[in-house]
This record gives sequence, structure tokens and C-alpha cells, in this order.
Amino acid sequence: MSASAGGPGSTGLAAARLRLRVVAVALAVAFTSMGVRLIDLGERASERDQPRPAATVDGEEQPARADIVDRRGRLLATDVTTYALAADPANVGDPALAAQALARVLGEVDAAELERRFLAGRRFAWVDRELSAEQLRGVMELGLKGLHFLPRRKRIWPQGELAGHVVGFTGVDQQGLSGIELALDRRLREDPEPLVLSLDLRVQQIVHEEVGEAVKRFRARAACGLVQDVESGELLALVSLPEFDPNRWQRTGPSERRNSCTGNIYELGSLFKVITAAMALDSGKVGLSDRFDATEPLRIGRHRIRDDHAKRRPLSVPEIIAYSSNIGTARMAFAAGGGEAEQAFLRKLGFDRPLAVELPDRTPPLLPSRWPEIVAATVSFGHGIAVSPLQFANATASLVGSGRLLRPTLLRLAGAPEPGPQLISQRTVTDLRWLLWLTVEKGTGTRARLSRYALGGKTGTADKPASQRRGYRSGEVVASFVGIFPIDQPRYLVLVSLDEPKGDASTYGFRYGGWTAAPVVARIVDRSGPLLGVPPTEGETLQALRERLLVSETPHALTGHPEERLAALDAGR
Amino acid sequence: MSLFSRSDRGVLSTWWWTLDRFLLAGFVGLAVFGFVLVLASSPPVARRLALPETQFVVKHGLFLLPALLLLLGTSLLAPRGVLRLATAMLGVFGALLVVTPLAGPEIKGATRWLPIGGVLVQPSEFVKPALAVVVGYMLARRPGLSGLPQALGLVAPVIGLLVIQPDLGMTFLVAAVLSTQLFVAGLPWLVLFAGGAIGVAGGWGAYHLFDHVRQRVDAFLDPDLTPYQVEAALRAIANGGLLGVGPGQGVVKYHLPEAHADFVFATMAEEFGILACLLVLLLFALLVLRGLSRLHASEDRFVLLAGTGLVAQFALQALVNMGVNLAVLPTKGMTLPFLSYGGSSLLALALGAGMLLALTRRGARLEMAT
Repeated sequence: MSASAGGPGSTGLAAARLRLRVVAVALAVAFTSMGVRLIDLGERASERDQPRPAATVDGEEQPARADIVDRRGRLLATDVTTYALAADPANVGDPALAAQALARVLGEVDAAELERRFLAGRRFAWVDRELSAEQLRGVMELGLKGLHFLPRRKRIWPQGELAGHVVGFTGVDQQGLSGIELALDRRLREDPEPLVLSLDLRVQQIVHEEVGEAVKRFRARAACGLVQDVESGELLALVSLPEFDPNRWQRTGPSERRNSCTGNIYELGSLFKVITAAMALDSGKVGLSDRFDATEPLRIGRHRIRDDHAKRRPLSVPEIIAYSSNIGTARMAFAAGGGEAEQAFLRKLGFDRPLAVELPDRTPPLLPSRWPEIVAATVSFGHGIAVSPLQFANATASLVGSGRLLRPTLLRLAGAPEPGPQLISQRTVTDLRWLLWLTVEKGTGTRARLSRYALGGKTGTADKPASQRRGYRSGEVVASFVGIFPIDQPRYLVLVSLDEPKGDASTYGFRYGGWTAAPVVARIVDRSGPLLGVPPTEGETLQALRERLLVSETPHALTGHPEERLAALDAGR
Repeated sequence: MSLFSRSDRGVLSTWWWTLDRFLLAGFVGLAVFGFVLVLASSPPVARRLALPETQFVVKHGLFLLPALLLLLGTSLLAPRGVLRLATAMLGVFGALLVVTPLAGPEIKGATRWLPIGGVLVQPSEFVKPALAVVVGYMLARRPGLSGLPQALGLVAPVIGLLVIQPDLGMTFLVAAVLSTQLFVAGLPWLVLFAGGAIGVAGGWGAYHLFDHVRQRVDAFLDPDLTPYQVEAALRAIANGGLLGVGPGQGVVKYHLPEAHADFVFATMAEEFGILACLLVLLLFALLVLRGLSRLHASEDRFVLLAGTGLVAQFALQALVNMGVNLAVLPTKGMTLPFLSYGGSSLLALALGAGMLLALTRRGARLEMAT
């Protein structure tokens, strides 16, 4: 009653009650939304609820990184979970007993040191940063209290050194530090699907074995061996020696980590004559049957250019390539337009920029800064210009394959790649193939001859430039061989480069590419061809290649009666 | 039950039969559970600070008993007594609040505590409930909003002192409690919205004026900058899952600063599970709604307004603290009523709860001297 009598009236009270109800509703909504948030967090937590080790501290794992596999699904890199072991010394019971038990099981830690850590008065002490499976089981069987097993993601590379340079490695925080792991770091972090490489581990294994054996036999400093699909540009094998095992990358040096196929550049010497021949023939100014005088060394200013396998007579284009004549190649380059033509052609091949491939360790080509006559001459046979073996291989595969520029790749392609720009005419491509076949059949590359496949190829032996002064180091060479098979319808290119090989008795002390690298390529082709499903070369195909010897573009050395020429050819086998 | 006869007209008997026993049980239950939580969460914090492990447990225990006695004692008061108590508290602790910025030590960048007789006292904790009651009286004394000027005259200096400390969490709380009381007292909606706008502007000002406010807000808005404590709190909640890892088994408290105080909710989530958190949340909500419903039934404007202030303070403090723990609000140092460690906080909350219990007793009313 008193409420109605003046002062705070009952109407005021009624209004206040209404407002109070509004407050109640607002607070109820607020509490409800907190509840919803809690349930939401709980659901997220239960989604991740997996069985946990009984005493896990900070079970937060680094996010998984995608696996890397070869083109046939073989594992090259994957994540495993390992455990680090820590203890809560206040909970382990008798610290001395616990330390002794742990030291016994772990083997590699010192009981006294452990005990000291346990008595340091903290509630957390490291015991071992990484337990092996055996150690883990041992510790579990001890049944000690107060232990924390901390899961850690660890990257392992099951194939070890087999593809170490290609796959690369990651650091302690799972970040890519080299190879594919670095080049495709984001892809590997963001997409959990396995990353499929173009490598075929079977072929990689063959190349690794053969090149490894050659390195051992010729005591080479380093080597590169690779196999490229000349239609797609995919790399089926890429081997760099000395070998490198990503699983123990911390214990390796920069020279082992360096990828000698992409990170080293070499003056590849006579291998380069393939490129000069392609340029000359495609210029239209040089024909296959044109002859160039190689009787005397070529004088340019005060320089003299000599031949290693001097014939001291005019040579046709096939002879120049087959016998690897420096004089003939230089004259051929001049006939095709000299330095300017060379520069334009090298640009077309992409030698003016670093190679585009999925590896971080790439060294761009080193081209002459000036291009006087003498430089134009030496470049034609591969001196004064340095490129990585892979970049050279890719250019050769492009010229001898389809005549279009390939894009090399370490990833398996889903379909046919987009065709690159046309470099040379189809006719030049065919001529080039025949020249390379002839080099193996009859020239400097006969040690690469195979009965199963018609192989085309080119040898190269280049003096190594002196690192400090001008000129070349006497005695040290880079010996290489590039092979393409089957040469009538090329599918794969194989390149082997040996850095500073020493000749041995079997090569009569020769270190030439034709003696050291060519047989290695031959064995790689012979072993991997059947695996890759390449049918043996038909007799008819061989016959067609040989018959071409009998017609107009005949090498000088084989002049005479057609019957004699064939006989000479057979005798060479 | 047989302790008090219904026909007994004695103080205790009347108290027992008019008291809201649900509220009483809820508050006492919270305080006891809070002790268990401090037992579980504070030893690692103590160790980190190089104090004996039992430091916080003993101190909290020493505060718990007086707190419960205070709660019960206060609840015996009649509304007039509540008002007197509140006025006295406001006088004493208001004065201490003035002294604090001058004499208090600076702790973690703010001057909020005052050493009195060997313990650190946070005067603002006590000012808070007292202010709510006195403001309720000032508004109730006159019809409508005529009491507003006096109320503002009382609140403004308190807010000024809180800003000086600086203690923005408390400032926000005091302002929000006042707003709620004004709203219930009949503040026109228009003014309410205008006030909201001013609040937003004030927040904007605080963002640009105080570096630590700006950091916290920025950190809150940027998911990459989630502050360490909040991240650890979320990890604790995730680690605990539905049922928790068991009392004392949690590990996040080893890394979480303020695991026993501002982040006790996360510690609880880890050890007792999300279900327990939901139960605690439900208890808070029920206490708040029960309090409001009792006030709704009251015939007295003072009881209604003062009670609203006390309930609002309790509710908002709980909401803000849980919001921070659940990463829906920017970090703000605010205790979870009865569950967080903190002597001042506990005693002040006991006083506030006791006053609320007194005000929600059946038939409680303040005879206005008109």
C-alpha cells in the first residue's frame, strides 16, 4: 500500500520489473552463448581426440608434410612420429634409481648426469630428445611414473642417398632447405596429397650404380648422370656424385650437397658440336655434304686451333661430327654466320638465362662477355662457354627429339606438355639424328655401341679452366657422353659427365669421354631400355640408317665401292 | 531443518525461513569448488615465482573461512543494515582508493594494490559492490531518475580513480553496472543508445590512448597474434576434452601465467573437462536468474535497484572472465567470482553475495524516510 502513496510509485515499480526482465533475458543470452562456445571448443577437441600416451606434455604436433614419391609411387620422403622423453623429477620416485634404470635402457645417457638433472629442482627435465623404437619400448617396460613422451614429427628419406640431391632435406622446423623439399616447400605444407616426381627409381638406381662405378674406377672428383624423356621433358633419373644422404645432412659439407647436374657449370667441350651442327645445318648455309678443310690448324690472330683426332684433310659435315674436328666445327660455324648466329641460336636454346627446373640449386650459364672471332671459334666446339649438364642435356634433347624447346621437369606430368617454340626444321632434326648415330657407329663414340638399340651420341672431353689464372689447367678434364635412343625415333636422352677422371689400364690411360663416359651411357641404355618398354631396334631400321651412308652425303673415309663401304662398316663393329 | 521452528521469531530463525537457500547453497558451493581449483592450479604458479608450493593454497584457505563468515553475517542484515554497511565500505575503501595511486606499489604496470597489515588489498574490489548498493539507494530515494545526478556524482570520481590506476576492466565493470541500474530505474531507451555510443567512443579513445589496450585489442583481432595466455588457455580446453584429464593432472598450468587467477576457468577445463565447465556456467546462470527473479518479486525499489547492481556485477564479471578464457573477448584482468584465487576478490565477493542474500530475503524492504 505504501508503494502507491507518493515517492516511488507502483507504476515505477512495474516499469522497473519490465526492465528487469529485459536484463534477465540479455544475461541469459550471454550465458547461453558462452555455453555454445564451450560446446563448440569441446567438439573441436573431441574431433582430434586420439588415444594419447598416458603422460604427454604439450601434445601439439607440427602439421604433417606431404610425402614425396617417384612416378611409380615409391616413397622418397615421409613423416614419422618419434618421441622425445622428459621427466617430472618430483614424480619419478627415487631420482637415483630412476636415472639408473633410464640410463640402462637408453644406453647413451649417463646415469649420474641424469640424476643431476633430476635433482636440479625443476619440474621438467629432458632425458632424451629422440627415442628409437627399441628405446621407447624399453622405457615403457620400465613402468616408471612421471615420464612425459613428447611426440615429434620427423622427416625421413627412405631411399637415402639414391635421390638425395633431387629430394633435398628439411630443417628442424620441417621447413624445406634444399632440393624439391625447398623448391616446393609451400605445396608440401599445404596439400597433403603425395607429391609425384618424374623420377623412376629403377632407372635412378641403374644410373646411380653405373655412374658410381665409373667414378670409383676413374677416381673422378664428381659426376652427373641423368635420363630425360625427350617427348615430355620429364627427368627419369638425376644422379649427382659424390652422393648425399638427406637423413644425415647435418654431417655433410657443401661439396656433397651441391648438385653437379644443375649447380655446377662446365665447359662441356665437343658435346657442344651437336649444337653448332644443328645451327649450321638449319641456317641453310651449310649442307650435310659440304666439306671444310682440316688439313692445317686454324689460325685466328695469334691463336691456333688444333684437332685431337687430326685427319689432316678436308672433312664433310658428318666426318667433322663423327671425328669431332675442332677445325671443321669452327669453319662450319663461320660459314653459318659466326658469332652473331651463335649468340642468336644460344638465346633460342635458353642459354642466356638460368634453367627453369624445380630445383633451387641452379647455376646460370657463363657466356663470353665479348664475341670476337676467336671466341666464336672456341664456342663452336664448347670452350669459353660453361653450362650445367642438365641445361645442355635439355637443349640436346630438344634439338634431337622434336626440334621444339623442352621444359625440363622433375614432376610427373598428367598429360602431354604444351609444345615449346620450334627451334629447327624437321629436316635438320633428322640429319642431326643421323650424325649422332654415325658418331657412335663409326666415330669417337664406338665404345657406346649396343646390339639391342641404335644409339646416337656425342663424346666430349674438355680441359678444365684454371680457377685462379687465365687459360686451362693441364691434365684435368671433364669427360662426357650424351646418348639418345632409339636414334630413329628418340625417346630418352642419357648424359654422363665425369669431373676429373683419371684414365686406367683398361682405357690405356685415356680420359676421353669416348673411353670413360660412353661405355657408362651404353650400359645405362642397355639396362634401362627394356625396363622402360623401349623395343629393340629392328634390323630394317638399322639397314636404313646404314644405307644412308651409301648415298650422296658420304663421309670421305668411306669413299669407294658401295660394297667396300658396307664391308668397312661391318668391320668396325 | 528442525533447528529453526517456523513459529520462532528469533533473528536466526527468521533469517533461515526468509532466506533464499538456493542462492546461499550456490555461493557456498562455488567458494568451496574455488578452493579445490586453487589447490590444483596454484602450486606451479607458486613454484614459478619461487614461493613455497602451498603459498597460495594456505592464503586462499585463510581467506575462505572469514569470507564464508562474512557472507553469512552480511546476509543476516536487514536492508537498512546493508545500506549502512555499503556506505561505510564505500567511505573506507573509497578513501583507500584515493591513496592507492599515491602509496601503492606498481605491479605488472598498474597500481591497484595497497599493503595493509602485511597483505595486499585491492580497494577497488570492495568499492565495487558498495558502490552498487549506494547508487541503488540514491536512485531509489527519488522517483524515476531524479536521483541520477547524485549517483553520477558518486560514480564519476570512482571511475576517474580506476582510470588512473589504470584498471580498465574494473572501469568497464563499474560503468556497465551503473548502466544496468539506470536502465532498470527507467533510463529512456534513447539515452541508453546515446550512452552506448559514448561507450564505443570511450573504447575508441582507450584504444588510442593506452598502449596495452591497443596491443590487446590488436592481438585479439589478429588471429596470428593470439596472446600466449589465450592460446595456452585454448590448448588447455582442447587438452581436457569433455571429461578432463583429472584433478591435478593438467599440464597447461605449468605454462599458463595467472593459471590460478584470471585463467582458472581454462585450468578447470583441462582438469575437470568441458562438461564440468558447462555445469559451472549453468550454476552461474542459475544464480543470476534466481537473483533477478527474487528481485522481480520485491515490492521495494531500493532492494530492486541495489540488488540489480549486485547481480549485474556478479554476472558481468563471470561473463567477461569466461569470455577471455574462451577467446571471445580481449584479455582483461578480471577474476571469476569465487573460483579465482585472490583474497581481496574473495572477501569482496562474499560481502557482495551476502548483501544480495540479505536483499533477496522474503519481505525485505527499506522504509524510506520521505
